[in-house]
Amino acid sequence: MWDYSEKVMDHYRNPRNVGSIDNADAVGVAGSLTCGDQLKIYLKIENNIVTDAKFQTFGCGSAVASSSILTEMIIGKTVDEVRKITNKDIADELGGLPPEKMHCSVMGYEALEDALKHYSADGYVDLDEILDEHYGKPEKKEKMVCTCFEVTENAIWDAIKVNGLKTVEEVTNYTKAGGACGKCKSAIQDIIDTYYNKQKTEIEKLTPTQWILKVNNVIETQISPELQKDGGDIELVDIKNKTIYVKLKGRCSGCKNSTMTLKNFAQKVLQDSLGTDVTVIEAE
Amino acid sequence: MTNLIYLDNNATTKVDERVLDEMMPYFKEEYANPSSMYNFSKKSSDAIKEARVKIRDFVNAKDEKEIFFTSCGSESANMAIRGVLNYNKNKKHIITTKVEHPCVLNLYQSLEKQGYRVDYIGVNSNGELNLEELDAAINDDTALVSVMWANNENGIINPIEKISEIIKSKNKETKFFVDAVQAAGKIPIDVQKAGVDLLGISGHKFHAPKGIGALYINSKTMITPLIIGGHQERGKRAGTENTPYIVGLGKAAELAQNGLDFELIEVKRLRDKLETNIINKIYNARLNTGAVASRVPNTTNIGFEYIEGELILLHMSDIGICASSGSACTSGSLEPSHVLRAMNVPFTAIHGSIRFSLSRFTTEDEIDYVIEKLPQIIEKVRSISPYQKELEQLKNLRR
Repeated sequence: MWDYSEKVMDHYRNPRNVGSIDNADAVGVAGSLTCGDQLKIYLKIENNIVTDAKFQTFGCGSAVASSSILTEMIIGKTVDEVRKITNKDIADELGGLPPEKMHCSVMGYEALEDALKHYSADGYVDLDEILDEHYGKPEKKEKMVCTCFEVTENAIWDAIKVNGLKTVEEVTNYTKAGGACGKCKSAIQDIIDTYYNKQKTEIEKLTPTQWILKVNNVIETQISPELQKDGGDIELVDIKNKTIYVKLKGRCSGCKNSTMTLKNFAQKVLQDSLGTDVTVIEAE
Repeated sequence: MTNLIYLDNNATTKVDERVLDEMMPYFKEEYANPSSMYNFSKKSSDAIKEARVKIRDFVNAKDEKEIFFTSCGSESANMAIRGVLNYNKNKKHIITTKVEHPCVLNLYQSLEKQGYRVDYIGVNSNGELNLEELDAAINDDTALVSVMWANNENGIINPIEKISEIIKSKNKETKFFVDAVQAAGKIPIDVQKAGVDLLGISGHKFHAPKGIGALYINSKTMITPLIIGGHQERGKRAGTENTPYIVGLGKAAELAQNGLDFELIEVKRLRDKLETNIINKIYNARLNTGAVASRVPNTTNIGFEYIEGELILLHMSDIGICASSGSACTSGSLEPSHVLRAMNVPFTAIHGSIRFSLSRFTTEDEIDYVIEKLPQIIEKVRSISPYQKELEQLKNLRR
């Protein structure tokens, strides 16, 4: 039995916005019958705002829940806001998904991306044309990594980027790639390696100011909010190459666990987000 | 109406009260180690002897010395397969089927990595084994042929006697192991008539508790034991005997043996009623096995086209109906059932395949309830499918 959240169960039991929209302004498709899940999403867009969304899903409980909640998340939003939604947002909104089911949230994201790709302000979109293009995908220029589930290099790259995936197993949970015959596992490992190496070289190319801004951004958006939850806080003091000097504030300052907070939490988050080894030290 | 309708008896079964009653004294008063020398141990060692005789009769072995108790079906399979291969070290070829239970298939895949050559025999769209392929695969180097008596997913019964004849006509030294976990308690088993060298069973599939199984090894077949230690089970499987569970297995086998007619007539009648009604009432339902194929009486595997199995199971579970699915989504693996794939079940139906497996405890009321409720569930799942056009075509076709 899967460990589904209450919200997931509520959405597959009572899916919202099921159906199709005649003369939709945008239609997107992800997945296929052979792969075991497919999602079609239909959007009505007026004055650049999504006024209605409907879906049809062939898939398991979490696929239906991901599709259903996605329609709720996008109705009333501008197209630009909708374009920013990632699979992680969908999973978070559902109160999380079991790791093996993360690919369901990716399918929601892909269908949405597909819909907006075909969105034109002129309105009418021909679904059959989209389906032809969808099923014609393998012939296209995109490089196919997993032929069993037809997962492209770009799709894997996106999943790594959005979700910070580190291992082949995680990539399989999120994209299904490598989940059948397993022949592409080394290719997936190569993509992971390339992604993190690229991140590393990108960091090495940064000017000192860009590097400081990047570090500070991680501290402010990812570390500080967590510490604030416990009545503490953190502040960037100085950076010397890859040594980051910080100051703990509030309840964190003088806390006997402060070294653990710095090494096990702050340093880990920084390393994961920056994709390179750094040392975090408390400034005197 | 109870709020639990358990139609997943190929996964596990409820322990029969009569089995439990028989076991209880060996947890409480009769706790002696059956190998001990004092009078106190006599009752437990007698109970094990008695259970061994019951299993002997259950599979119609010649001698109770050919029965060895194990902890489960997987252990029986490992003990048989590794035991035969380790004893015949010079032979490196094995033949099995594409539709074996994962506990056996995974073992063969691991043996392949150790240098064994394994041939996996295919099945037709009814799930029936390709015997010509099997015949052609046997050679001088074949140490073992391993075929399940009945399949857990589709219930198909393999012609064990015929397979045994084929094996012995090609290579008299080749040993024949039969995984009878899904056949035991559902159809008669006769190891002598069927010409089986080794045969494994598991208690929890026929109303004994989990954690007890047995392996039949005929007296002419030698194996190298897997678990080395004490002298128990005539040196073939060390470890202090699990007296209460062995007693339970014996009682469950006796009950199953006496209940075979009920299984073949009454359980089959309910299975057929369920199956016919589902196929007739639900237009996108298809029987995944041939209707005429030889099947165990309790199992049916039905594919619901253009909808997905996990969602059907979740909706059934909400009203207390338990079954299982060949869908990829339920297993944690990403691929649908290897059995249904080997049968070439169309991809429109493979992800929406549901297995219902009944037992002697299944009632007519329960079957009627499923027949009443399932069409509504399927309708609900169909209504959110993106394949409305295809479903419409199917509906018109069935009219």
